[in-house]
Amino acid sequence: MTTLTLSKALNAGLRKALEDDPKVLVMGEDVGKLGGVFRVTDGLQKDFGESRVVDTPLAESGIVGTAIGLALRGYRPVCEIQFDGFVFPAFDQIVNQLAKMRLRSQGRVAVPVVVRIPFGGGIGAVEHHSESPEALFAHIAGLRVVACSGPADAYTMIQQSIRCDDPVIFFEPKRRYWDKAEVDTAGALAGALPLEAASTVAEGADVTVLTYGPLVRTCVEAAVAARDDGRALEVIDLRSLSPLDLPTIVASVRRTGRCVVVHEAPVTGGLGAEIAARITEACFYQLEAPVLRVGGFSVPYPPSRLEEHYLPDLDRVLDAVDRTFAY
Amino acid sequence: MAVDADGAVTAPGPGSLDGQPDPRAELIQLLTPEGERADHPDYPLELTTDEVKALYRDLVIVRRIDTEAIALQRQGELGIWASLLGQEAAQVGSGRALTERDMAFPTYREHGVAWCRGVDPTKLLELYRGVSHGGWDPADHNFHLYTIVIGAQTLHATGYAMGIQRDGLVGENGEAAIVYFGDGATSQGDVNEAFIWASVFNAPVVFFCQNNQWAISEPLERQSRIPLYQRASGFGFPGLRVDGNDVFACLAVTRKAMQAARDGQGPTLIEAYTYRMGAHTTTDDPTRYRLATELEAWKLKDPVQRVKAYLVRTGSADAAFFEGIDEEAAQVGKRVRRACLEMPDPAPLAMFENVYGEPTALLREEREQYAAYLDSFVDEEAVR
Repeated sequence: MTTLTLSKALNAGLRKALEDDPKVLVMGEDVGKLGGVFRVTDGLQKDFGESRVVDTPLAESGIVGTAIGLALRGYRPVCEIQFDGFVFPAFDQIVNQLAKMRLRSQGRVAVPVVVRIPFGGGIGAVEHHSESPEALFAHIAGLRVVACSGPADAYTMIQQSIRCDDPVIFFEPKRRYWDKAEVDTAGALAGALPLEAASTVAEGADVTVLTYGPLVRTCVEAAVAARDDGRALEVIDLRSLSPLDLPTIVASVRRTGRCVVVHEAPVTGGLGAEIAARITEACFYQLEAPVLRVGGFSVPYPPSRLEEHYLPDLDRVLDAVDRTFAY
Repeated sequence: MAVDADGAVTAPGPGSLDGQPDPRAELIQLLTPEGERADHPDYPLELTTDEVKALYRDLVIVRRIDTEAIALQRQGELGIWASLLGQEAAQVGSGRALTERDMAFPTYREHGVAWCRGVDPTKLLELYRGVSHGGWDPADHNFHLYTIVIGAQTLHATGYAMGIQRDGLVGENGEAAIVYFGDGATSQGDVNEAFIWASVFNAPVVFFCQNNQWAISEPLERQSRIPLYQRASGFGFPGLRVDGNDVFACLAVTRKAMQAARDGQGPTLIEAYTYRMGAHTTTDDPTRYRLATELEAWKLKDPVQRVKAYLVRTGSADAAFFEGIDEEAAQVGKRVRRACLEMPDPAPLAMFENVYGEPTALLREEREQYAAYLDSFVDEEAVR
């Protein structure tokens, strides 16, 4: 066990993947000499060379498009998109090309590309640097979409994503890059929780709180605070946003009868809507209250001086918990 | 330049980083780094002493605004700042070449152009302080909002220029658009698409590329194997390289390119060869990826100092003039600082405004719910 920040844990996971498989490549803007704007790829180019850790020209469509080509040639590229809002120039390559190649080739062609995207707000950034576009990708069949929330998961999930033969959109909670935790860098990947599995991070019998990425920590803090009010929150870190680990979700909600879904992305058309519908179908007779959602408002991400109002915090999570008990 | 088997560039390419432009590329220069006037047959430029002094004033003031903004960021008053240090001449020279009716489309670093367009510098700070996404009305200054996603604005400028064509304002009494972008942006699909659109529709737009040699940590060689201005020929319009640290040359070439656009001769690509003397933004650390000697070489080409040297050399300005400009710049700096410190945070409910022409029912509902939620804390406070 070693204590790592989330950023360093990703770095260690990428390093392990580069060591384990000579076909693994890292590519993106500023990932080489600079080590990425969040230092996730720090030192990798120095140790693995410019051929495997590639500083690309400034073009996101080019990054993903050429990664697809490299994958067609047998490589396993890990692309870095510098900030969430910069992924959109690559949208065609991801949605029309990356996601559909397996189907179009009748299963003959796999494109094991990982697209890493730092996402979410809370760092006081300018526009396009704080967004949560995960639902746009979860909507696309053929893509796996995952989000890590802490260092230990970051370390294993990035390796699992790279080993996965399907394309993976890998969301990293940028305001948690500096959070520290114990990481088992000696453990075998085979013993780790599967990539598509959710993880129950706090157990409780009263209400199920579903979340992922940066808000896992917020919801765990909310669970601690709720204990003082005599309420036991069961917090589940979804980890995989597509596919969803429905058995874990459904089992929990059938026990608690109440559910709150929490994400930074706007509630309108967000993942919470999909999750609420699935839960309603599977748990209709156990539900004591409608599934409630806590998330961003139906507005573009605001200027940073307002982001604390936009981002769900402990109080807004507990407010939703209160409301589920008001039914 | 050589490319090895892995595709890695192993030798310095054209437009290398030692401050020496590619010898194959003709660099248009009207004022040497030592402050001596040079002539160019295609770009005659007559400036009165007052006009030179006015350019010097612009250069000093925009540098002072930049210095103040960096300090404000260091003190926690701005979230981030993108410095223009080293690019003052490219921005002032091109900015002063525009007529009131021309339209400019900036990136997020064109504080010098903003100054020339009459945008209050404190408005620029709003974006970087995080109180708004854009603090000025573009129509008031014919200066569009800053665009952060790299290169997207090149298409907007081209479309705007197509509008000028449709309004019949090409030719006599014509107007044109100018769009700013950097060396990194030339790799973006949008920029290349803008080149194609502007070319085939002969749109009245000038592409003003400030090649400051670095896209965060990535050197020019990672974007191009040929001098950037030469890209234009492949798209079918003229391209030229100007000394981006020479305010006279930037003024002259931009004037000519804009006039050509207004007259109906279509687009021009101007590569202003300059240097980003500071970090990409205040969150960047250039010591990780470039040598200090490179900066030292470029300091000798400083865009402000060479105009001062010219004014001194020609006996056009005395010490009192320079002191007066410094004092004026200091006052602007003070005003910017005070305005920043006094800038109120927006009201929380302001985030629900301007999403649509009229708020939707859903937005109104969310706004009301959040207002009630905020009020619930006020009530709690009152009870205590």
